[in-house]
Amino acid sequence: MTSERQPILSVEGVGVRLAGREVLREVSFGICPGEFTGLIGSNGAGKTTLFRVILGLQVTTSGKVLVAGRPRSRRNPLIGYVPQKFLLDPDMPLRARDLVGLGLDGHRFGIARPSRARRALIDEMLAAVDAERFADARIGTLSGGEQQRVLIAHALISRPKLLLLDEPLANLDLPSGQEVVALLARIAAEQGIAILISAHEMNPLLPVMERIVYLVDGRAASGTTEEVVRTDVLSELYGRQVEVLHIHGRVLVVAGPGDGGEAAHEHAGPLVGVQIVQ
Amino acid sequence: MNDFLAPVFESGFFTSSTVQVALLVGGIVALVAGTVGVFTVMRGQSFAAEALGDIGTTGGSGAYLIGVGPLWGFVAISVVAAGAMEAIGIQRPRGRDLATGIVLGAALGLAALFLYLYATQSAHTGATVSILFGAMFDIPSSTIPLAVLLGLIVAGIVAVLYRPLLLSSVSAELAAARGIPVRAVGALYLLALAIAVALAAMTIGTILSTALIVGPAATALRLTRRPGAAMLAASLIGVGATWLGIVLAYDSYAWPPVHHGWPVSFFVVTIIFALYLLSGVPGLWQRRRVASRPVAPAVAGTGDR
Repeated sequence: MTSERQPILSVEGVGVRLAGREVLREVSFGICPGEFTGLIGSNGAGKTTLFRVILGLQVTTSGKVLVAGRPRSRRNPLIGYVPQKFLLDPDMPLRARDLVGLGLDGHRFGIARPSRARRALIDEMLAAVDAERFADARIGTLSGGEQQRVLIAHALISRPKLLLLDEPLANLDLPSGQEVVALLARIAAEQGIAILISAHEMNPLLPVMERIVYLVDGRAASGTTEEVVRTDVLSELYGRQVEVLHIHGRVLVVAGPGDGGEAAHEHAGPLVGVQIVQ
Repeated sequence: MNDFLAPVFESGFFTSSTVQVALLVGGIVALVAGTVGVFTVMRGQSFAAEALGDIGTTGGSGAYLIGVGPLWGFVAISVVAAGAMEAIGIQRPRGRDLATGIVLGAALGLAALFLYLYATQSAHTGATVSILFGAMFDIPSSTIPLAVLLGLIVAGIVAVLYRPLLLSSVSAELAAARGIPVRAVGALYLLALAIAVALAAMTIGTILSTALIVGPAATALRLTRRPGAAMLAASLIGVGATWLGIVLAYDSYAWPPVHHGWPVSFFVVTIIFALYLLSGVPGLWQRRRVASRPVAPAVAGTGDR
């Protein structure tokens, strides 16, 4: 196996039990350098828990996680992370560039010594996410999309090999979301950084997503979109008949014809909520 | 003394050792309070600061009762209370108010007892007022070494923790993802806050101490965009308000109605409050400008009023 194709992340049979509930069951998938992977699932499917597992913040009950071939650890410099729903108070005395700087050395003790090299690196990261225009603005006064870009710069400045983004599109309007997706695809292609991005809706990611990890109730199917987003694969994952429809370049997952009655009704909420939109 | 400044500084101001101690200790305390206060406001822990201050009443009255300097009492009880808050769960968003409130209630009950015992045992009736509202001109010079030491401890904690503390104050999630032990950092910060509150309690009183922690910081947050600059501004505002308060209180010995001097705390807190109000004026103006932009054409176009 060449080092180029060694997976940057491999999740092998991971299970997590929280307060007696199985949040993740036998989840396995791998991510290679520079790959753009979507982690798709409805709310409560286990996406955030899976991120916490990869970050080393969540204890697993089974399985293992390897980052670049080694067991996961806390503060792994190979992983950058952008958390969900990040909205700061406008009064927070912190400029966009300050937050990016904290991505570089926020875990170190003491006060950052300003240097030309540090400043140049921060400027470079701000430029990489097209954030120079508001580099000196208070972070809390920026729009959701702008804050998202600053957070990506915050995560990128430590030169990670894998970038995790938890629902980065959740609070954005469509154009801002498309901008962020295009930016991430560019970063993956240009810098060879693998990207794992969670979303409850796969359509905005379809143009750039190379692989998909589809989570339903803590169980996962993974592979290329063609391999996973299929009627038979998803029906097995959901444990009942669903149908994958392709309409005008969009993918819809709907409850299948054979799945009527009470049982379907019980699950209709999350299922329809997953992919039927727009 | 310069004739021009004579009306400002009443005679004897600079030669009075009481004033000198007040200026020195008050200045150190305000520096520390301003620095710590910026994090208090960023972390949304103003209520915890207020509670730690109020709890100081218990320590201060206990110190009077056993006859040691009140600063010892303030610091001891404040640190113990901070530990109790941490243990009950101040770092969980929902546990925060609860932890603070429970510890506060328990401690103030003790304060009631101590103040009662002290009042019945002693002819000295000023203790309650000194504890609650401060005694800037009653600080013995023997307290200076302890005050300096405590100030250095607080400054040391903030300086060493600066970056991890800043990142975990911005977002605990981001900090945790960087491998920062968020809980331990928060606990150490709470210790620094407890000591700073105790120092402030000594100068302007237990129930006013939060004003010196939160007030200058809140004002500084309105004026600056950078955390370091906010801390510098908050410290300067705090020191300025404290020193001006001392000058005015000294001058007020010559003022009506009683010719006995007005309380320093009154001046310090009022100046801080006035500065906070003033610092809001530019923002108010900006907001009005922003708000008026979309409104103006709509009113002109529809005229439905």
